[in-house]
Amino acid sequence: MRIVIALASGLLFGAGLAWSGMADPMRVQAFLDLFGNWDPTLVFVMGGAIIPMAIAWIIKGRLSTPLAAPGFELPGTTQLDRPLAAGAILFGMGWGISGLCPGPALADLAIAPLAVLPFVLAMFAGMILHRFFPLKLR
Amino acid sequence: MIPGFPNAMPVQGLTGGLLIGLAAALMLLGLGRIAGVSGLAARATGITNAGAPRDVAVAFVLGLPLGALIIAVLTGGITAHFPKSVWPLVIGGLLVGYGTRLGSGCTSGHGVCGLSRLSPRSMVATALFISSGFVTVGLLRAGGGL
Repeated sequence: MRIVIALASGLLFGAGLAWSGMADPMRVQAFLDLFGNWDPTLVFVMGGAIIPMAIAWIIKGRLSTPLAAPGFELPGTTQLDRPLAAGAILFGMGWGISGLCPGPALADLAIAPLAVLPFVLAMFAGMILHRFFPLKLR
Repeated sequence: MIPGFPNAMPVQGLTGGLLIGLAAALMLLGLGRIAGVSGLAARATGITNAGAPRDVAVAFVLGLPLGALIIAVLTGGITAHFPKSVWPLVIGGLLVGYGTRLGSGCTSGHGVCGLSRLSPRSMVATALFISSGFVTVGLLRAGGGL
């Protein structure tokens, strides 16, 4: 059951990315291009995604367990720390340079597999790099 | 169409966004987890052992291209314009991979799931990665790299 739900969630997510234009790196980069031909589409995507999710958080408050898992496993950290800030800044740089973040990159494996492959391989290499050489920030 | 922004797709953006939000809601209410793509991708590949059960992560990650494929088939094709050189993809990919692990999330985990939960960490992360993206693309434009 959990595999069916996870697959359905991934399918909906990938469909939403493709339908909304977010699978096109140039469109995403155009959102970040304030001094160029700015494209606000990403604002609508974020707004549209936050609506059902905000309702889901309210429903979650009334559930003791999820529908198909023994319990909720959610991030509990509330501390604002340097790894969070440094990671977000590095991620934003890569997002701007390429126009890609993890979701659209993986969705593009079905739309433009050869074109996106260098990014996907480099992204996993970056993740592996972090596993062995995590920046120690105090 | 929005006057002044001929390329914008507000209706498709909003409806596609609703699908993404429904996907994240299904993950939260069905399996009690955050639909964060960077974390689930790291888990699916075994780069990390923390987080969701492996089968959940693999199923979600496989669903992403399959969902995009369904839309591409239904609409007769999705256009995606990539940088002409391979270097922006390689450098961008390295930064995205390293940065999302260090910062514990990307556009989906922090941007969609965290913002809607009013998580202070996600609000800070989202503000930072969007600002960093603005500055990066601004510098690329100033340097003639766009």
